[in-house]
Amino acid sequence: MDKILGKRSALAGPYVIWAVGFTVIPLLVIIKYALFDRSGAFTLSNILAIFDPVHLRALVFSLEIALGCTAICIILAYPLVLAISRLRFARSGFMLVILILPMWMNFILKLLAWQMILSSNGVLNMIISALGITGFDISNTPLSIMIGVIYEYFPYMVLPVFDAVVAIDADVIEAARDLGAKKSTVFWKIIFPLSLPGLMSGITMVFVPSMTSFVTADILGGGKLQLVGNIIEQEFIQSMNWNLGSGLSVALMIFILISMTFTVNRNEREEEEAW
Amino acid sequence: MKGRKTIALILAVVLAVCLSACGKDDPEKTLTVFNYGEYLDPAMIRLFMKETGIKIKYEEAATPEEMYTKFKAGAVGYDLLCTSDYMLKRLIDENELKEIDYSLFHYKDNIGKKYWDFTKSFDPEIKYTMPYFWGTVGILYDTSKVSKKIDSWDVLFNGEYSGKIVMQNSVRDAFMITEKYLGYSLNTTDRDEIQKAYETLLKQKPDVQAYLVDEARDEVVAGNAVMAVVYSGEAYLGHKYNPDLEYVVPKEGSNVWLDSWCITKNCRNTEAACRFLDFLCRDDVALKNFEYIYYSTPNETVKDNLPPEDRNDKSMFPDDSVTENCEVNTLTDPETNELLNRLWKDLKAN
Amino acid sequence: MVEKLKNLISRLYIFLIILFLYAPIAVLIILSFNDSRSRVRWGGFTFRWYVTLLHSSQIRAALGTTFLLAFLSAFISLLIGTAAALGIYSMKKRNHKLMMMITNIPMLNADIVTGIALMLWIIQFMPLGFGSVLIAHITFNIPYVILAVMPKVKTMNISIYNAGRDLGAGPLRAFFELMLPQLSGGMISGFFMAFTMSMDDFVITYFTKGAGVNTLSTMIYGEIKKGIKPEIYALSTIIFVFVLVILMIVNNMPAREKANRKVA
Repeated sequence: MDKILGKRSALAGPYVIWAVGFTVIPLLVIIKYALFDRSGAFTLSNILAIFDPVHLRALVFSLEIALGCTAICIILAYPLVLAISRLRFARSGFMLVILILPMWMNFILKLLAWQMILSSNGVLNMIISALGITGFDISNTPLSIMIGVIYEYFPYMVLPVFDAVVAIDADVIEAARDLGAKKSTVFWKIIFPLSLPGLMSGITMVFVPSMTSFVTADILGGGKLQLVGNIIEQEFIQSMNWNLGSGLSVALMIFILISMTFTVNRNEREEEEAW
Repeated sequence: MKGRKTIALILAVVLAVCLSACGKDDPEKTLTVFNYGEYLDPAMIRLFMKETGIKIKYEEAATPEEMYTKFKAGAVGYDLLCTSDYMLKRLIDENELKEIDYSLFHYKDNIGKKYWDFTKSFDPEIKYTMPYFWGTVGILYDTSKVSKKIDSWDVLFNGEYSGKIVMQNSVRDAFMITEKYLGYSLNTTDRDEIQKAYETLLKQKPDVQAYLVDEARDEVVAGNAVMAVVYSGEAYLGHKYNPDLEYVVPKEGSNVWLDSWCITKNCRNTEAACRFLDFLCRDDVALKNFEYIYYSTPNETVKDNLPPEDRNDKSMFPDDSVTENCEVNTLTDPETNELLNRLWKDLKAN
Repeated sequence: MVEKLKNLISRLYIFLIILFLYAPIAVLIILSFNDSRSRVRWGGFTFRWYVTLLHSSQIRAALGTTFLLAFLSAFISLLIGTAAALGIYSMKKRNHKLMMMITNIPMLNADIVTGIALMLWIIQFMPLGFGSVLIAHITFNIPYVILAVMPKVKTMNISIYNAGRDLGAGPLRAFFELMLPQLSGGMISGFFMAFTMSMDDFVITYFTKGAGVNTLSTMIYGEIKKGIKPEIYALSTIIFVFVLVILMIVNNMPAREKANRKVA
């Protein structure tokens, strides 16, 4: 078996070539910008600029938003996945595509639609005030940014988790139930641990992009709140300071990679324990 | 073994697509034009191609900075650009433009003298640019929700309409109006004046409902905000959607902006480029184009042919007494820009 | 009885999630019938945007480019990405980690950074056009395919493949008939995610496209300033209804796979 696995690594060949050509080299371009100032002298100040209080505050705020959104996506995704997997198979496939379909509508249009729903004269407030509750206005707040981010990335959490849960051998669950395991035990001892690889993919696809999604913050946050993505965007476009923009970007990348390595390592340990 | 086949297949597909996509155009017969989005009636592009046989490759951008970034990268050989005052100054300073040969023009005189005078603020000898559309920055407000007529920037800063104000989400626009409000030049490089403007903006921030760019007008139309800082072109549409909306250029003065065409220094066919610019000045083309865009046009023949209610629309064609108080944005000093960007980030972080 | 109640609750939950996902879509559909150019004013009911849509060659061209780009980039990413997931999984631990790190990079960077970096690099060897956008889209799509397929690779039962080989199946046949079906769920998810990412992207497309190449996203961004053309809402509605109808038809066809697959 080792031999077969060993040969298989060649399958990654095309990707390695592609990744070097179009991911690693452009990354080097960015690192080059990050390490020099406008006059062309070597400096670390662009990368260390992340510790500037203004940038640090944006980073912390982005982190809060990203963590909050990822957690809510996980909490929303599991019941959904379990509910869908209760359906007959043909149905569940259909349900998944129903989940994806809204994502095919242009995302800026959907954001503008959300803005209309959440605005002070919007549909949501109309319904809420009809219920007799007043003074409830979440437009231009962090909450409204979070709704936008969750909306955008939720399906990226559901799909891999669903794939992982569906792959669990029904016999295993059956056996556990026959042996008298409670529903919650089945979930925490079997379904959840076995779905971890899918969950890890989901976390990556939700957490990472939500750190840098600046358009959502601009439209739903009313431009009053800045994520680290907004600052990078401002440095690249409005200030045309590519060096600082690249520096912040590299710092952000280092930060996320460190935190991801930490979670991946933990995940691997847990996976080993699960077996 | 399988891997290699896959690579070969992928490379073949990519190569085929790339080759088919980079078909060569005859530079003599093609103009590559770079403009803002929705800023030229597509029917006029077709008309030009039909009349002259010159092919137009057309590209759009959302902001002058995006345009500049892509232009400077040099990957696409743009022949003609349409961009804003301060960006034009920058391009002229960086020696990126070619002189326009106005002797080839037939319709140059359709553009009023006033607009050539505006041009002088960034193109002193009127060598490189041709005015296209212009306007002012002012306040769009809902007359049914304010107690008295508005004529001053003060209304944005005195807290009277706290939580009902929409500001522009751009460093320059936010600072320009504040500097005008405080009685400074909007091109000021004085650190103390800029610091004062920053403090004023900071004090105003709790009163601001949102900093928006393109959605500012809609927020007032929808009734979510009482007033918004907008470009005059938006005001016309705002008034059309909701007749209660009025536009005013405050008495302290404001920014008058000018979007102009220029020919890049790498343009391969200057004659065709001039022909295109001249075409845009032609009476019928300028009129159709105006009807498509509805921003203030510098083309006097268009203005003369408009129905009276449009011609007398004060947001579209303000009196000279209004524009006399206004300045063109020509700030390109890197240090000042860096300071402004820094303060803008501080403002957002607080 | 309890089972019925549980079914009801789970259906209600699915319904609520669908409500959340489709709320803005409903807004877009309503806007497509709005007889006013402003999105915030209701000007009466009309079909005219659907009529004018038919005459807009610009929108048609952008639509064609968008779908071609999304399909090609998702398909090529699927091939490269699936092979990569299999390959990376069997690498030694250190290489495995390195490759996964590289895979995350396009997602880590803000779009603007990826877009400008790709532009600066691509112009070194080819002019910007459709090809350069395709390269860019494949670059940011592959990670999504890998991330979707990887969990399937991890839980894949390799002994089925080995058993097939022992029983005399050739390596290719064993691969396509015994291994690939185990990955198909992840591959389908990956393809759809890649397709969606490609349809949605604006910033990277903007910086890597040449003059004359327009996708729906780049077109819509150009329009925001002057107000989005109502034809765009009409187009969104048509795409939405079209896909939905196809789904309904497919869903009502007897499902062949049902017998082949187990449900959790």
